[in-house]
Amino acid sequence: MTIEIPLLILLIMTAAGAILAKDLISSVLILGSYSFALALVWALVGAVDVAFVEAVVGAGLATVFFLLTLFRASEKDTAIRRLPVSWTAIVGLPLLGLLLLYGAGDLPVFGDPSSPASLIISPAYIENSVEQTQTPNVVTAVLMDYRSFDTFIETVVIFTAGIACALILRNGSK
Amino acid sequence: MIQPHGSLIVRTLGRIVIPIAQLFGVYVLVFGQYGPGGGFVGGVVIASSMIMAILIFGLGSADSALARKILHGDGLGLLLFAGVGGLCLIGGGEFLNYSNLQIPGLNEASRHSVGILLTQVGVALDVAVTGVSIAVSLSFEQDEISRDGAIHD
Repeated sequence: MTIEIPLLILLIMTAAGAILAKDLISSVLILGSYSFALALVWALVGAVDVAFVEAVVGAGLATVFFLLTLFRASEKDTAIRRLPVSWTAIVGLPLLGLLLLYGAGDLPVFGDPSSPASLIISPAYIENSVEQTQTPNVVTAVLMDYRSFDTFIETVVIFTAGIACALILRNGSK
Repeated sequence: MIQPHGSLIVRTLGRIVIPIAQLFGVYVLVFGQYGPGGGFVGGVVIASSMIMAILIFGLGSADSALARKILHGDGLGLLLFAGVGGLCLIGGGEFLNYSNLQIPGLNEASRHSVGILLTQVGVALDVAVTGVSIAVSLSFEQDEISRDGAIHD
């Protein structure tokens, strides 16, 4: 697993670059490359469906939406005004990070076969999904059949987002 | 309103890439039960291809006619998803329990498979329409009403 380290370094570098970029357009483009690196990381750890979504949405659609928004906005709205960093942020955020790292120490190791999720939930789906739903892709079976209520509400959320954008932005149309 | 792109390279490449992207989106959608992909990703790929057509050829051109038409279909995907759930209710079971889809000649597992396929098409329709709709909304300007108000009725 030697390729993981350069990928993670690339991930951190692109994330920092997106924050530190001088103007918002380059920030958006660097964010797209960040999503692409993140998709490679997902594919590397075996989550191919998530990698697919990340590459298509993060690097493709979201970048286009950001760019369209930037072209529509005026110059003075997209100029970056950097405020001086306060001392509470410099002291408090590393402490919060340490707290999160301390909490992450109690989580099961990645791919641990004896973690609760791998013992009870995952085997039930993996063993039964083909004969119950005739769907070899377990992720699709879980999303669309076993957890279809979640997917339904997600679809409602996407629909609402489209309607809200149309109502706010196309306000002059009769 | 997005003006058509003037570059010959961009337009030629667009004519080649856009049909391939649409075909790939449909492939990802219907192959989602057997490989990576599914309704959401397929819908996003189809939406991206139509947004590409709008960005290259402009919203008014004949090349983005599909994108113009699909704008009227907002909510159809959600209706299809909820309709499958409603058919399950009519069949005598719980909402979105595909075992109760009353399709003659299919066993329970095949009904689940058909239900998954139909709901995936619903999600893809919803996502594709919403993607194109948001892109058109973001590029909408006030003076567009006088020029082609017919599109945005």
